[in-house]
Formats: sequence, structure tokens, C-alpha cells
Amino acid sequence: MEIIYSLAIGVLAGSGVWLLLRPRTFQVLLGFTLLSYATNLFIFGMGRLTLHKAPILSTHGIADATPYADPVPQALVLTAIVIGFATTALFLVLLLALRGLAGTDHVDGQEPDA
Amino acid sequence: MTFVLQHLVVLPVLVPLLAGAAMLFLAESRRVARASLALASMLIQLAVALGLLYLTSDAAPFIWSEGVGVYSIGNWPAPFGIVLVVDRLSAVMVTLCAIVSLSTLVYSIARWDIPGQPFHSLLQFLAMGLNGAFLTGDLFNLFVFFEVSLAASYGLLLRGAGAARVKAGLHYLAVNLAASLLFLIGVAMMYGVAGTLNMADLSIRAAALSPADRTLFDAGAAILGIAFLTKAGSWPLNLWLPGAYSAAVAPAAAAFAMMTKLGLYAVLRLGTLLHEDKTLGVALFYLGLATLGSATIGMLAAKHLARQVGYSVLVSMGILLAALGLRMESLTGPVLYYMIVSVLTTTTFFMLTGMTERTRNIKAATPATHAESPPPRHLAYGIKEPSAYDTRDDAGVAIPAAMAFLGLVFVCCALLVIGLPPLPGFIAKFALLSEALAQTPTTAVPASLWVLCGAVLLSGVAGIIAFSRIGMRLFWSVTARTTPRLRVVEAAPVAALVILCLALGIAAEPVARYLDAAGRSLHAPDIYVRVVLSQRDGQRPAGASPP
Repeated sequence: MEIIYSLAIGVLAGSGVWLLLRPRTFQVLLGFTLLSYATNLFIFGMGRLTLHKAPILSTHGIADATPYADPVPQALVLTAIVIGFATTALFLVLLLALRGLAGTDHVDGQEPDA
Repeated sequence: MTFVLQHLVVLPVLVPLLAGAAMLFLAESRRVARASLALASMLIQLAVALGLLYLTSDAAPFIWSEGVGVYSIGNWPAPFGIVLVVDRLSAVMVTLCAIVSLSTLVYSIARWDIPGQPFHSLLQFLAMGLNGAFLTGDLFNLFVFFEVSLAASYGLLLRGAGAARVKAGLHYLAVNLAASLLFLIGVAMMYGVAGTLNMADLSIRAAALSPADRTLFDAGAAILGIAFLTKAGSWPLNLWLPGAYSAAVAPAAAAFAMMTKLGLYAVLRLGTLLHEDKTLGVALFYLGLATLGSATIGMLAAKHLARQVGYSVLVSMGILLAALGLRMESLTGPVLYYMIVSVLTTTTFFMLTGMTERTRNIKAATPATHAESPPPRHLAYGIKEPSAYDTRDDAGVAIPAAMAFLGLVFVCCALLVIGLPPLPGFIAKFALLSEALAQTPTTAVPASLWVLCGAVLLSGVAGIIAFSRIGMRLFWSVTARTTPRLRVVEAAPVAALVILCLALGIAAEPVARYLDAAGRSLHAPDIYVRVVLSQRDGQRPAGASPP
């Protein structure tokens, strides 16, 4: 599972970085989306990969922590998703605004040869 | 009284949050109410910040015995709950932020409060994010407060729209989004290795890691450092800064003066807490020199004042980073002094930019945002007299001898940036270099120090050339320029900031003493760690114990 998980993060991050360096704004947007997926999976993975473990502790005694998953990275991922989503949405608005104002979807607002 | 003092730490976050949110519910036509609410909030923040400054000094040992105050949000003890921590450095940063926000707010009341664009709320949220980041003792909370201030800054930067601004905003957003992702990766790696996010706890656990784990931890810290340095405007990742700052409207750019220093604060705080100074020092020194060099060239090449001021932000950041890179503990005080002067100067300079823009010609006398906003928009927001906005230039009390005032402020700002004698810019640079030289034996001054001295002085010379050229163009070539009518509310904060700078120069000694103490406590993180974690051992207030 670890191999598949890390490969997934690697592929997402790699494609994200490649798209981020492209000259079209929509590609940059998709790059950010993929990169934030990779980051979120990475944060989640930092809480150790486990199966069939609840992150919520039961009320009667927590003498043994092994049957539980680490809840902190899950909370962090949730926050990161919300913030990343909001910022990406703002990026989308700016992308459309720049397309309308400059008449091109190049990130610099003008074609390089123009 | 003790109750109030206990909750003083949370006020710089809470007050702007509540004020900014409350302002959203006030109708657009109630401009006076909104402005007074904003003003009250900023004044409270300034008072609280001054209170924190006093309490963290040794003057009041009965409140916080060692100059470190801890506030546990939610009343959970430190390593598990989220805490706010205030020490001397945090108090200085919060005070600086309050001064910058207050003066920006007063400046913006004159002409920038346009319906439909909640400038005042955004300014409050920016202050909240910055204050929170300076006060938090939790790594992930630092990320959240970073994002709060960034989100507000996106709104401020895009104010007034227009193709150039949207383009600069897109670049700014892209760079900061990428840096935020790096921030998250760094935080996650450190959590994965050390198992905690509390900065004080992290400090202890980092020291106790096995060498293999420590390598992974350092990698995480390095990624985090890249994120901080991007936000601070360090060399290879700072090309967005002059464009973004010069595209923003004047008060927004003035408020941004504090944002780059947030990155610097984070580097200082975590660098000392996590004992990363050794590797960090070398990197900071070379990055700082590269920042200084590239920004000096940029300053010489810039044609517009706003862009030039943007580059001067980078010049000061380069000097700060390179000086920190020398890894001399006693240099932290002078570095902080230089930072304060540079923040105040930048704010003043950007405000000045907004005024000199209007001298260009009559058409530009009203800001572009006003020309672009048609009257129906005001009607849509339920405001009866749109004409009040069209003639804003003639409204209000104007100050006499506007050009003389602008010229005088320009000269003061230029002197402050360059670091010429009568003003504290000189004291700051001199203290920095003389302290660095005093710390090394005269027979064996390392080459790096000579390089730094040379670079700082050369950038000063370049600054003289660049600013005198642009000053002559602005004030002495009289063709096609009009004298702008300056209102008192605009001119007052600018004058106040210049006077504050002067006062900093006159009262340099007590200020320097406080900052030296701040630097010393920064380099002795044991006290910070001990006070934060002592919360665990039952110092909790009675009656609200968690289950």
C-alpha cells in the first residue's frame, strides 16, 4: 500500500509541477489543483497509513493507543482542503478576469511574440 | 484587572476579526459608522500592542515573570491545545503592525472607501492575520494565519481592477499558492517525524531526534524555510514583489509593508527554536547578498516611484537576511531596529506614491478607480449622492503648500531608505555594521563581513543615484504637472510616520536596549519553551478543566 500511495503522490505532484510551469492560465490552475491533491495526500500519509482504525477515541479509557489512527493529520487535511479550495476558486476568477481584460489566456496577459 | 491582562494576548486577533465582520453588516451608505468602527478597532489594537510591549519588558514581572505570556485558547494545556505566546519579539511585531495599519486606515479614509469594495474590512482581516501569525505558538496555526493575511492581501491588491492589476494579482496569487503548498509539505514532514505541532514542544523533540530522523526533520524545515523566504521576498523567488506592490493602490501597498516582514519573523522564530541556525546562516547570508544585489540593480532601473519603492523593500530585506546570516547573536537587536525603520519608511513611501501620482496631470488627478466607477454603482448600494465622489478632490480640508510638503516627505523617505545621517536610517545601518565589526577581532575580519559592508554601502550609493533622479523628475521638471490638493487626513499619517521615525532616531537608546533584550531572549529559547510547556503542570485556571 505504501508503494502505491507514494507513487500516487509522486505522479500527482510531478504532473502538477509540469502544468504549473506551462504558459496558459488554465493549465496553471489544473497544476495547482493536482499539486494540492498531492499535498493533501502527503499530509494524510504523515499520520501513518493504517487500515480499519478509527480516529475518534472511545470515552472509556485510552490505555492503549494502537487501535486508533492519528486524528491530527486528518484535521490538518480538512483545513488545507478548505483553504486550498478557496484560493483555487479565487485563481479561477482571476483567470477569467484576465482572459476578459487582456483577450488572451497567457499568464503574462500577452502573447510572447506580440 | 488581572482578568483583562490575562486576555490581553488574544485581543489583537479578536478585535480586528469582530470589527471586520461587523463592518460587513453595516450598510454601504453608513460610511461614517464604518470608518469610526475601523478606527476604534485599530486604536484598541495599538493600545493592546503597547500594553503587551510593556508587559513583556522586565518592568512588570508580577504578570509574566520571564517576559513570556501564554494564552491557551480553549483552555487546553500547551502541547495539546493551541496557544498564543507573546514575548518581546512578538510584542514588537504586533506594535509595528498596529502602527502601520492605523496610519494606513487614516490615510485610506480620505478617498479609498468606495462602495462595493470592502477596503476597511479587508484591512482589518489583514491586521488579524498578521497579529495572529506573530502571536501563535502553533505551527499549523501559523499557516492558517498566513493564509488569512494572504487572503486579505489578494483582495486589497485587486482593488480597483484593471488589466495590469489583475495580471499582477494572478502572479502574486500563483507564487503564494505554491509557497503555501510548500509550507504544508514542510509542516506535515515535521509533524510526521516529531509528532507535534506546538513550536515549543517541537523545539524539545527536535533536539532529541535520532540522526536519521533529524535529517528528515531538517529537510522538512528546509522546505518550510523556502516557503517563508518566498513570502519574505528573498532573491530567486521575489520577482513578483515589485510588480505586485506597484500595481496595488497606495494604501494597500502601504499595508503590505508588514507582509514581507512576516516571513522574516517566521525565519527568526523557527530558526532559533528549532536550532537550525547553523545551516540556515550560510544560506541566509548568500541569499541576502543576492537579494541585495539584484534589488539594487532593479532600483537603478526602475522608472516609476512605486516600483522603485518596491525594490527598496527588497534591498532592506537583503540587508536583513545577510546580517542574520552572519549568525551573531548580538546582531539581532540592530537587525530588528533596521527592520522597524524600514517598515515605517516603506509605509510612508507608498502613501507618498499615492499622492505624487496625482501630480502627473489633471486627468490623473482623480484615481483611476473613481473614473472607472459609474454613478449607477453608487445607486445600487443605496447611496444618494454619487457626486460626492466625483468631486472628492475638492472636498475636505486641504493643506497649504502641498508640493513643499510632498517634496519634504520625499527627501525624508529617501534619506531613510539610503541611510544618510540626520535620520534613523543612518543609525540603523551604522549600528548594524559597527556591531558586526565590533564582534570580530580586528586582525581577522572574515571576508564575508567585508563583502556585506561593501554591498550595504554600495547599495546606499545606488539608492542616492536612483532616488535623486526620480526626485528631480517628480518635483523639479514642472511641465504638465498640477499641484494636488492634499487633505489633512491624508497628510497627517504621513507626517506622523516621519515624526515617529525621527523619534526613533532620538530615542534610539531605549529602543535599542529593548530590541537587544528581544534578541537575547530569542537566542535563549529555553525560557520560551519552559514557560509555554509549564502550562501542562496545573497552572490552568480553576473551574474550566477539560474532561
